Amino acid sequence: MKALAAALAGVVFGVGLTVSGMVDPRNVLAFLTLDAAWNPALILVMGSALAVAALGYRWVLRRAHPLFADGFTIPARRDIDPALLGGAALFGVGWGLSGYCPGPALVGAFFVDARALVFLCACLIGGAAHDLGSAVFARRARLVEADG
Amino acid sequence: MTNAIVGGLLIGCSAVWMMWSLGRVAGISGIVATAFRNPGGAVWAWMFLLGLGAGGWLARGLLPVDSIDVVSSLGSWPPAMVVGGLLVGFGTRLGAGCTSGHGVCGIARFSPRSLVATCTFVGVGMLTATLIAGVFA
Repeated sequence: MKALAAALAGVVFGVGLTVSGMVDPRNVLAFLTLDAAWNPALILVMGSALAVAALGYRWVLRRAHPLFADGFTIPARRDIDPALLGGAALFGVGWGLSGYCPGPALVGAFFVDARALVFLCACLIGGAAHDLGSAVFARRARLVEADG
Repeated sequence: MTNAIVGGLLIGCSAVWMMWSLGRVAGISGIVATAFRNPGGAVWAWMFLLGLGAGGWLARGLLPVDSIDVVSSLGSWPPAMVVGGLLVGFGTRLGAGCTSGHGVCGIARFSPRSLVATCTFVGVGMLTATLIAGVFA
């Protein structure tokens, strides 16, 4: 049931992203580039998604537990730390450079769009580099702690 | 404009269904990380990603949406895709989310972290794209 529910969520998300036009990085760059040809469509996509999600979450999160899981898995942190700001800023540079974020790049890769495939491979390498780096960093911190 | 609103409403429905059924945030970068970190134990994550691709195909095949013209050769500057991909991959892991996780799901549950992250990546994204457009104009 979990796998089916997730697949359904994925299908609806994929249809939504494609219909919205955001699968094409040119439409995203037309929003991020502030010039005479500025296109506000991305605000409408995010705004309408946000409105549905905010209303839906209010109702869903009042329930004791999800339909097919024991509990809700929701990020609990509320502090603003340098990693959050730095990560969001790096993401912003990459987004403004390419016009892609992970969702549209994945859908584009399924369309065998060359731009999306190149972007997605680089994106996976970047993500793996972060995870490898933070693992090495954590290990070194433990060793320093043990030495001290 | 209608396409943008209808598409956004569908993305919102997907996020609500994800929370209702699995109790999880529909954040793409997080789901990708979950799928790759634990390939055997996260069948749901792989199913979501396969569904995402299937949904794209479905929309492109069945719906008369003229804006769906996405298959392209590397028309834009290829290094921008490589450098952009590396930065987005690293940045979304470090910043714990992307457009869907922070911008839609996070703000929808009034997370201060997600609001700050979204303002940051939209602001920096606008600055980057506008500067590049100015330089190459």
